[in-house]
Amino acid sequence: MLSNLLFDYTLRTVALGSGIMGVVSGVLGAFAVLRRQSLLGDAMSHAALPGIVLAFIITGSKEPLVLMIGAAVAGWIGALFVMAIISTTRIKQDGALGLILATFFGFGLVLLTWVQARPDAAQAGLDRYLFGQAATLLERDVAAMAAIGGAALLVLALFWKECAILSFDPDFARSMGLPVHLLSVLLTSLLVAAISIGLQAVGVVLMSALIVAPAVAARQWTDRLGVMVVLSGVFGAVAGVGGVVLSGAAARLPTGPVIVVCISALALISLLFAPRRGLVWNWFRVNRPVARQGA
Amino acid sequence: MELFTEIILIAIVTAVACALPGVFLVLRRMAMISDAITHTVLLGIVLAFFVVRDITSPVLVVAAAGAGVATVVLTELLSRSNRVREDAAIGLVFPLLFSIAVILIAQYAGRIHLDVDAVLLGELAFAPLDRFEFAGNDLGPRSLWLMSGILMVSLALLITFYKELKLATFDAALAAAFGFAPAALHYGLMSVVSLTAVGAFNAVGSVLVVALMVAPPAAAYLLTDRLPHMLALSALFGALAAILGCWVAFALNASIAGAMAVMTGLIFCLAWMFAPQRGLLAQVVWRVRQRWEFAQAMLAVHLLHHQATVQAVVECQAAHLSEHLNWPPAFTEQVVRRAEQRGLLVQQNGMLTLTDQGRRFVATILGGDEL
Repeated sequence: MLSNLLFDYTLRTVALGSGIMGVVSGVLGAFAVLRRQSLLGDAMSHAALPGIVLAFIITGSKEPLVLMIGAAVAGWIGALFVMAIISTTRIKQDGALGLILATFFGFGLVLLTWVQARPDAAQAGLDRYLFGQAATLLERDVAAMAAIGGAALLVLALFWKECAILSFDPDFARSMGLPVHLLSVLLTSLLVAAISIGLQAVGVVLMSALIVAPAVAARQWTDRLGVMVVLSGVFGAVAGVGGVVLSGAAARLPTGPVIVVCISALALISLLFAPRRGLVWNWFRVNRPVARQGA
Repeated sequence: MELFTEIILIAIVTAVACALPGVFLVLRRMAMISDAITHTVLLGIVLAFFVVRDITSPVLVVAAAGAGVATVVLTELLSRSNRVREDAAIGLVFPLLFSIAVILIAQYAGRIHLDVDAVLLGELAFAPLDRFEFAGNDLGPRSLWLMSGILMVSLALLITFYKELKLATFDAALAAAFGFAPAALHYGLMSVVSLTAVGAFNAVGSVLVVALMVAPPAAAYLLTDRLPHMLALSALFGALAAILGCWVAFALNASIAGAMAVMTGLIFCLAWMFAPQRGLLAQVVWRVRQRWEFAQAMLAVHLLHHQATVQAVVECQAAHLSEHLNWPPAFTEQVVRRAEQRGLLVQQNGMLTLTDQGRRFVATILGGDEL
């Protein structure tokens, strides 16, 4: 299995792509979860679908970079809509998210089926963005993912301190004179970039797991932001590569769902067994004194 | 019945059946739970299929509804452990359960006639092909019967528990004090949502179920403050979206489910823009009116303050107002003209004087005692 990873070219490309996706979505997901925006990732990844199809309709190309940009723009518009609905109506975050998620996705579906009904076959393969097909990742896909992901991580590193303050105490950030609104838009944009990277591998439906689960897992092991973000990225990468290797090892194992199961397993193990915060340790801590009294 | 009529009928019944429980989801701020439930019912269906080995068995519907409720319970357990916030708990649970279902389907692809694409996206155009036959008679499409049954059940429950639901939604603490068992109502509602999701996703796909559950109630919420009106409006919007969606989908030869979702979104946008009291347009109009109202109030108070004092000659002169009040001259002119038209003040030789009506206006602002 591991030797395949080293020597099999296709598998290596796919694993590299999934690994990059895992790192980027893990790192940016950490901020999303801390800022209570776990489900925004879900909404934005669904909202990206019309962007992908529209990018194809407008440019006629299936170049990964073009489609990723389309996905990012649509996801971003979806996020703007969510924020606008929350701030101008009495509908709360959950309602706005569900609304945008489902209607944008429906719009994407209309476009997709409309394109598919046309006689030319150029559109073939667009529907892999629904569930993702990591196995179809090519070298140029991975290059595009690395470029967008690297840029996103670089921007995050540049604004690290500001983003950290914003995530923990937005009021304090405002009182320090930081441009809170701009920073918030920046973080959301970076999250959109992370999502647009992952869509090709795991698809719009399962993308949210890659935003939420690594961050939840990492949160259990540490109280420090830096450590949490790095751990989250590592967990994401491990799940990405592990999912690819596992699904390559057995027949009929779809990669996207296997990656999701891997990252969820990491989150579950962390929730149960992480030192201090783990539920199992907690259970022992609560029950031990009682047992001693009984003895 | 004609094929087209049947499709529209299924769409309408499904939309109304989704809109009713959706109202309570939106009001109770649980809209995203519907997203989770619609995905995880697939796991219930797959697991039940392994037991009964029959894709048309009613056991599948029950198991799927059970999976929906299990999702809610798991999410609540996670968020109650204080390790994960509620939104993260939702985002953690449903992709996992859905992934397990997809993997199971892929593993036993040969033996399950379940297409994940169809589950997620639905294909309403094929729904009439699955007929419900009884004693050799064709009674119409199976999904029409299924959705009508689910609609009847949820209507009956809604009517029976209307008072309890209403109170538990708007004042959970009071409902608990009355002994209404909010927990039972909560899980009852979740069961209805799951059941509706199972019935609906067969015909229209799970993502559209979210659109039908959230968007029509959200639009209705902007238009009314009364629960009965909100329920009726939601059902109406759902049905409208169903009809328009079918029509557009046939014209474009595109996904019916997707087109219906787009229509619910458009209906929401219309409500968002033009709702009489809460719409964006109404908010803009209100803000503009507030601006003039406030400016007139400023002017009137200023005049009252300086009238009949030594500085009146300077302070109450129309030509000098803009520097005293720090307004641009054009704006000052406008305010004076509006106040004059309203009868708040009169202008004589460039001097402004409050009328009796103007004094009363100031009195209402200042509280009345100072005159």
